Amino acid sequence: MPDGLRPTGEVRFRASGAAAQRAMARVVAALQKQGLQGACLGAAEIVLAEIVNNIVEHAYAGAARGEVGIAFDLAPGGLWLRVWDRGAGFPGGVPPEGKPVDLAVPRGEMPEGGFGWHLIRSLVDEVTYERCDGVNRLGVRIAAGVCARIDTIEAPKED
Amino acid sequence: MILTSTLTDGANVVTVKAPRIDAALAIRFKEDMRAKTGEGPERVILDLSCVDFIDSSGLGAIVAAMKQMGGARRLDLAGLTETVDKVFRLTRMDTVFCLYPSLEDALAVDRA
Repeated sequence: MPDGLRPTGEVRFRASGAAAQRAMARVVAALQKQGLQGACLGAAEIVLAEIVNNIVEHAYAGAARGEVGIAFDLAPGGLWLRVWDRGAGFPGGVPPEGKPVDLAVPRGEMPEGGFGWHLIRSLVDEVTYERCDGVNRLGVRIAAGVCARIDTIEAPKED
Repeated sequence: MILTSTLTDGANVVTVKAPRIDAALAIRFKEDMRAKTGEGPERVILDLSCVDFIDSSGLGAIVAAMKQMGGARRLDLAGLTETVDKVFRLTRMDTVFCLYPSLEDALAVDRA
């Protein structure tokens, strides 16, 4: 582990919607305690929600209430979120590319899903993934630079 | 019901009374929107100023709510907080919906 990393206690839960919400709230509270706020905290919360929802809905497919662990490392280079589970691996063995959904369609055909990995990829600048002995380990880094870039996204101007 | 609705300046203003629209609440949100927008004015303004957080499930639920309103009617979004605004912009959903900083801004446009 590189110098300067502060590993934090892992939050574990059995994959269900309600337990996932509670676990994520605990992690967000811990990040706040570490001084994260504003856009960086918001980005971390979005990324974590998308990763954990995918595990509950796809890796465990809403069936077996399998175990999930969430931890984070806060380092000068950025914030690493690390999540493991024992569910199905990613199709094709790699995390999705996260292409933007096609919005150039009639209103009645507007997509209601498929936003998750696009959001994740938009807010992180490094993704690691391994599947070993039936355990998926996903790591994403929300860099300080990404937080700065998010901050520059302007609110709509009203004249 | 996590929504309230009032008729303001000819628009149906639907206010979300929950701090999050996430995977846990997405289905309920969609059902409540169906109840609140089943009939009434052509313009519906969804006031999101109480909502601190939305994830892709919540975003999908807002899209579904817009679709279930039917052709001629329009769903505008007002009062987006920082993180909610970010999710709409990163997914380019700001090209599908009209976003207004506040409910007052949304209503002012209609009068103009």
